[in-house]
Amino acid sequence: MSRLSEDNVRIAQEIIGRYPRARSATIPLLHLAQQQDGYVTNEAIRHIGELVGATSAEVLGTATFYEMFKFEPVGKYLVNICRTMSCALMGGDELMHHAEHTLGIKAGSTTPDGLITLEHAECQAACTEAPTLQVNYRYRFRVTPETFDALIEDLRAGRLDSEIPPHGTVARIRQRIPADRGVGAVAPEDVTTAPAWMPAPEAAK
Amino acid sequence: MTGTTYSHVPGYVAGDRPQIVTSRFQYDDSYTLERAVATDGYAGLRAALGRSATEVHDEVKTATVLGRGGAGFPAGTKWGLTPQAVWPRYLVVNGDESEPGTYKDRLLMERDPHQLIEGCLIACYAAGLSQCFLYIRGEMALAQERVAAALNEAYAAGYVGNNILGSDFSVDIVLHWGAGAYVVGEETALIESLEGNRGMPRLKPPFFPAAIGLYGKPTIVNNVETLANLPWLMRNGAAAYTAIGSATSPGTRMVAVSGHVKRPGVYEIINGTTTFRDLLYNDEFCGGIRDDNELKAFVPGGGSAPWFLPDQLDLPFEGRLIGAAGSMAGSGAVMVMDHTTDIPKAALTLTRFYAHESCGKCTPCREGGTWLMRILDRVVAGQGTARDLDQLLEVGATICPGDFPHASSERLGIAAVPFPYKMTTICFVGPSAYTPVHSALTLFRDEFEAKLLKRTFIPVTGIHEPAVAQ
Amino acid sequence: MTTTESNDLEVPAVVPDPNAVSVVINGKQFTARKGDLIIKAAEDAGAYIPRFCYHERMSPVGMCRMCLVEVDTGRGPALMPSCMFPVAPGMVVSTESPVAKAAQEGIIELLLANHPLDCPVCDKGGECPLQDQSFSHGPGESRYIEEKRHYEKPIPISDLVFLDRERCILCDRCTRFADEVAGDALIHFTSRGNTTQVNTFPDEPFSSYFSGNTVQICPVGALTAKPYRFKARPWDLQEAESTCTTCSVGCRTAVQSSRDEVLRYQGVDSDPVNWGWLCDKGRFGFESIASDDRLTTPLVRTAEGHQATSWNSASASAAQLITEAIAAGGASSIAVLGGARGSNEDAFAWARLAHDVIGTSNVSAQLADGLPVGVLGLNRATIDQAASATTIILLAPDLKEELPVLYLRLRDAAVKHRSRIIEFAPKASGLTRYAWRTVFYEPGSQADAVGAALAQDDIGAQLAKGDVVIVVGRANLAESSAPTIAALQALTTALPGAAVLPALRRGNVMGAIGVGMRPGKGGLDSRGILNAAADGKIECLILVGADPLADVPDADLARRALAGARRLIAVDTFINQSSKLADVVFPAAAYAEKAGTTTNIEGRVTTLAHKVTVTGTSRPDWMIAADLALRLGTDLGFTNIDDVTAAIAANVDGFESMTAEALAASPNGVLCVPVAVEPVIAPAVVLADRNAYDFRLVVSRKLYDQAIGTATSPSLATLATGGAVYVHPLDIARVGSAIGASVKVSTSKATIVLPLAADDAVQRGSAWIPFNQHGANPGDLIDAAAAVTDVRIESL
Ligand SMILES: Cc1cc2nc3c(=O)[nH]c(=O)nc-3n(C[C@H](O)[C@H](O)[C@H](O)COP(=O)(O)O)c2cc1C
Ligand code: SF4
Ligand code: FES
Repeated sequence: MSRLSEDNVRIAQEIIGRYPRARSATIPLLHLAQQQDGYVTNEAIRHIGELVGATSAEVLGTATFYEMFKFEPVGKYLVNICRTMSCALMGGDELMHHAEHTLGIKAGSTTPDGLITLEHAECQAACTEAPTLQVNYRYRFRVTPETFDALIEDLRAGRLDSEIPPHGTVARIRQRIPADRGVGAVAPEDVTTAPAWMPAPEAAK
Repeated sequence: MTGTTYSHVPGYVAGDRPQIVTSRFQYDDSYTLERAVATDGYAGLRAALGRSATEVHDEVKTATVLGRGGAGFPAGTKWGLTPQAVWPRYLVVNGDESEPGTYKDRLLMERDPHQLIEGCLIACYAAGLSQCFLYIRGEMALAQERVAAALNEAYAAGYVGNNILGSDFSVDIVLHWGAGAYVVGEETALIESLEGNRGMPRLKPPFFPAAIGLYGKPTIVNNVETLANLPWLMRNGAAAYTAIGSATSPGTRMVAVSGHVKRPGVYEIINGTTTFRDLLYNDEFCGGIRDDNELKAFVPGGGSAPWFLPDQLDLPFEGRLIGAAGSMAGSGAVMVMDHTTDIPKAALTLTRFYAHESCGKCTPCREGGTWLMRILDRVVAGQGTARDLDQLLEVGATICPGDFPHASSERLGIAAVPFPYKMTTICFVGPSAYTPVHSALTLFRDEFEAKLLKRTFIPVTGIHEPAVAQ
Repeated sequence: MTTTESNDLEVPAVVPDPNAVSVVINGKQFTARKGDLIIKAAEDAGAYIPRFCYHERMSPVGMCRMCLVEVDTGRGPALMPSCMFPVAPGMVVSTESPVAKAAQEGIIELLLANHPLDCPVCDKGGECPLQDQSFSHGPGESRYIEEKRHYEKPIPISDLVFLDRERCILCDRCTRFADEVAGDALIHFTSRGNTTQVNTFPDEPFSSYFSGNTVQICPVGALTAKPYRFKARPWDLQEAESTCTTCSVGCRTAVQSSRDEVLRYQGVDSDPVNWGWLCDKGRFGFESIASDDRLTTPLVRTAEGHQATSWNSASASAAQLITEAIAAGGASSIAVLGGARGSNEDAFAWARLAHDVIGTSNVSAQLADGLPVGVLGLNRATIDQAASATTIILLAPDLKEELPVLYLRLRDAAVKHRSRIIEFAPKASGLTRYAWRTVFYEPGSQADAVGAALAQDDIGAQLAKGDVVIVVGRANLAESSAPTIAALQALTTALPGAAVLPALRRGNVMGAIGVGMRPGKGGLDSRGILNAAADGKIECLILVGADPLADVPDADLARRALAGARRLIAVDTFINQSSKLADVVFPAAAYAEKAGTTTNIEGRVTTLAHKVTVTGTSRPDWMIAADLALRLGTDLGFTNIDDVTAAIAANVDGFESMTAEALAASPNGVLCVPVAVEPVIAPAVVLADRNAYDFRLVVSRKLYDQAIGTATSPSLATLATGGAVYVHPLDIARVGSAIGASVKVSTSKATIVLPLAADDAVQRGSAWIPFNQHGANPGDLIDAAAAVTDVRIESL
């Protein structure tokens, strides 16, 4: 199944409803699709296009712009090792060599058991904790060969299942806007007056 | 050492300094509504709602809250640029933090989401913005979870949404998240991305987002840290705010110092007065270079900033002074290189970053960035020629024609060329691919020369011998 | 006041033009128009700024950075992309300063860095902006020694267009065109940065009706058109400006040929009409000119079938047939159908022959699928007026399918928020997405729909806001023109100030009608002629580029008419279903094989170019008419095309301004609208009671069908989709067959078998069959005399 499931269509619709224009939900819905299937399938792209009112080519254009979307299956865990300056200064390259050696694969590929995909990453916004990596976007700081090996052990043994969801799920908590609390989104062309709480422009002057 | 680290906030180092945005970091549960409310949370919003929007806006103007996203434009002034009586208008919160070396927005979102939410609400109220979109970088799973949870709490408690705190003031904050593209941090690209498109910057001028932004409507884009300043400001007033920091750069700012220092970390420093020497050497901050090595160079304001030498250590962290000295304060990220650093290689990591992150729109950035990276790659691998070094500067000149800013150096006998530069691209990603190349080549050309091929030609017949003889 | 007198004597003060902006360009003062971009102002001032992404008809993106110049607005010179900034008073622009030149040279070098430089084998070589500007504004040599980007060499992105991503310079022109102009965002940038490329989504090709435009505007050879690939080099091409007559929008084209063969049409930017765009049917239809199936010689029918003969004997035979017919039934037993496919001159000569020489009033340029001639007499709108009207009312066929470039213009009006579209339609059309309101009506009931809509407050308020243009045509061939005319009258009565743009599609139908190919006093219209022929009352039927068997909606009527006409003469470029039956067939010169003028829907007369030698011995229609007239005893006085053009200007009401001088002076043509046209009579619409089991039928045309011009253009022939009967997805169950299964579609007249298809553009309770596609002919179901057609759909 690669179109969005019924449950996910419901979530998608809720997300779309928050934006003045449906098209704005494209990236969140691509994440939703990736959460469902582990990667973004062509059928999901087509489905998202239908939901947000874009052609498949437009959704594909958006999706391929962003690093996080994968269009082929990846491992259950995506291990991103940072290679930008601060991490490089602090041994990021050596960490990558070690990782390639430990996992027996080159950066950009997946272990034969389909568990781990190893990738280079650009700056992960944790530069003081270099070298840094993320497993499915969960940080590991000041990683040494020893802590890296221990991490892989833990992943293989399933010891981190509660902390690290499978690839595709980024945040496990979703925003929910209670119906009675939300102001609601209105198409920009349909708003012509100031919000009620705004003083009239004369008063503001 | 005097700075305190909290094990639950890796990277952050508190000190004996005023804390405008990090005061809650000391608590384990700083991100909960309960903790926020127990520690003045939403009191700033209450104070704001008790006054007219104009008064609140004026207070922010008086305080001169400089934008913390990179450009340093005063928030109050920016809010005033929206055309009168055009509706709707939006607040877009820039939480896409990806500039190499930088992180503070991530900590502010992970550790104190309610402060950010409160800041957003104050901005919406003061500038008359009808909906708020909080754009968080895709790779920051924890920040997204914390902000989502905080928003859910805040909605339930009546801090966000309809009739906030029982007033007429009603605004939604919509959590939006990215998917991995540095350039989306640029505000017009952020807007494109939020519209569901490829994050390619729009040209500005002629139209700035404040006039024509999201969906073509007036839009204020503010950085997370900028907004996080507002609750404190509302509680304590502009006078208290400007009492901290320098006249031109009031308040505090978050700075991440990484690389070869003893205690890398994120510090909330006093804006405009703290010098780089303080930052790198004082025990309150980094406590010196690792292993007491010699400082070779440092990047003062994020990966896009031209490099500084020890010559510039006594400069305070102040935008204009840094600009005059040939670099920029940018996003508040210092990356330190000690004397063991392989300079061409360090430059390569940054050039590769910007080449990789080019959105592909401008020819000079798309083609030139990658070209620079290829040449540099070759040089770092020991396969470059002398011609390659000139070539680096020539390709750079197609991205940034004319003088390029750099620091002064006593050793080299060169004077500073002040910021900014001329550029052939729309945004700063293109020039930023060249910046490290230019800085490194200008300040450390000898290190590049040392890596060049010893032979001037590669024998064509050399199939059986290594093509490169060192 | 005491100064009154002296005031009177004063020279009136020069009122400064509020739209003038004074700027300095390369040291010279220049007055530009307010709002002009620097790149345009500089060009007007004689300083051409190189560019790739900038295109006058699309919004600027500032992507390629080629147009960088130095601009000083008082704060010192700064590098700016001139395609993004409008002129401002006092601006000082240097397009050739050292910094600007360095920037321009730098961009060229960078663009060439990854370009394959395969100019010798590239279609664009010789007319390539990248090549040209590399010479004029480039550094002369490249310092790029790295490995270039590699992609799979040309990949088809549609049936007509190939994409070579290695040559692409990512200027965003094709993708912007697809999205902004055509509304078919089927090609898009994918990936990012250095690996950015243009591509389609897998299995969703760039099947836009307008795809060929991307080939024309591509500034390199990345996009190439299958029909032209490797056919010629630009320096071998000769070109002449002309007008496309595939439909009646009248897009300006450049007809390009080499060695006496037409090889390409390019769109020419005509500001009031096509803005440089063409549809693919117009652009690639040139293939049919050189089709092997073209008629090359006159034919006469003998016992063995058609035999080739000489012009002399064919003309003599035809004249004799006409003389015999007059003898047998009088002049009024002769009827002439056609003229809408030729030039104004062709139609005028035939009109003279029919009305004045033969003396019949039974003349029509339409084929029972048009509108009463009186519609032409209504206050006529131009395309520009329509595309800038506050409200555009559509009571028309699907313009995307029938008048594609008019669709582009009206779509532009809607998406740029100049106009709001109120559409009345029996099924969703290409413009429905862009319409402010679409009122779907059940076929036949459009007058009621119009009445109800006019009574709505919001629609009333919208109509009161400003000018209104009504676009009117036949949305449904399975109904008579009566319901449409009734609705039109309801509109023009309620909105007396509204202007009307007729949406009739045959290339020169407006010109043909205008210059006289219409019924004379007491004469029969096309349906009348067909009925008379079917009843055996027509002694001689003359078809001038008309194929009733393919085009008349009521197929049975057409068959009976051709069988009932005692003598049949045809003038045509091909042997088609109808000309096959003729006693004499004259081979006609085709488009680009003859000069003349044509008239578009607005009444705009523009010139047609004679670019290549005629096929075989074929002749232009007007010459055939003049020859026949002479044989029948009248010299029309036409010895060359200019005589005919001059005669139209001299004699035809409303066409006075189409003189040779006026046409030469104005490539955008002159407006010629006949004034004295008999008024439209509101017909009574009688709708039979509708059986609850039936579907009400809609039959309409798609851009690609089996029309001869399409069928004989190999690149287009395969694009016709084939016939099917479409119902709303929720009506599929009612039919009781699976999608794709063959079903019976029947009326009391006939039953045809077609595959069943679902389409939510079709309204519930109606069924849609595209006209003139492969498979069964829906015309068999249509009764020209009935207001509407109800059909029953059953499983086989
Ligand atoms: C290439 C580029 C990347 C940027 N990245 C960020 C970013 O990650 N976060 C951010 O807040 N501002 C970033 N900016 C600055 C924004 O464009 C914008 O100026 C800022 O968000 C405005 O907020 P402020 O006025 O509160 O600083 C970036 C700018 C450029 C040119
Ligand atoms: S400079 Fe680079 S990243 Fe910025 S808009 Fe241009 S191509 Fe995109
Ligand atoms: S023509 Fe101006 S940037 Fe391309």
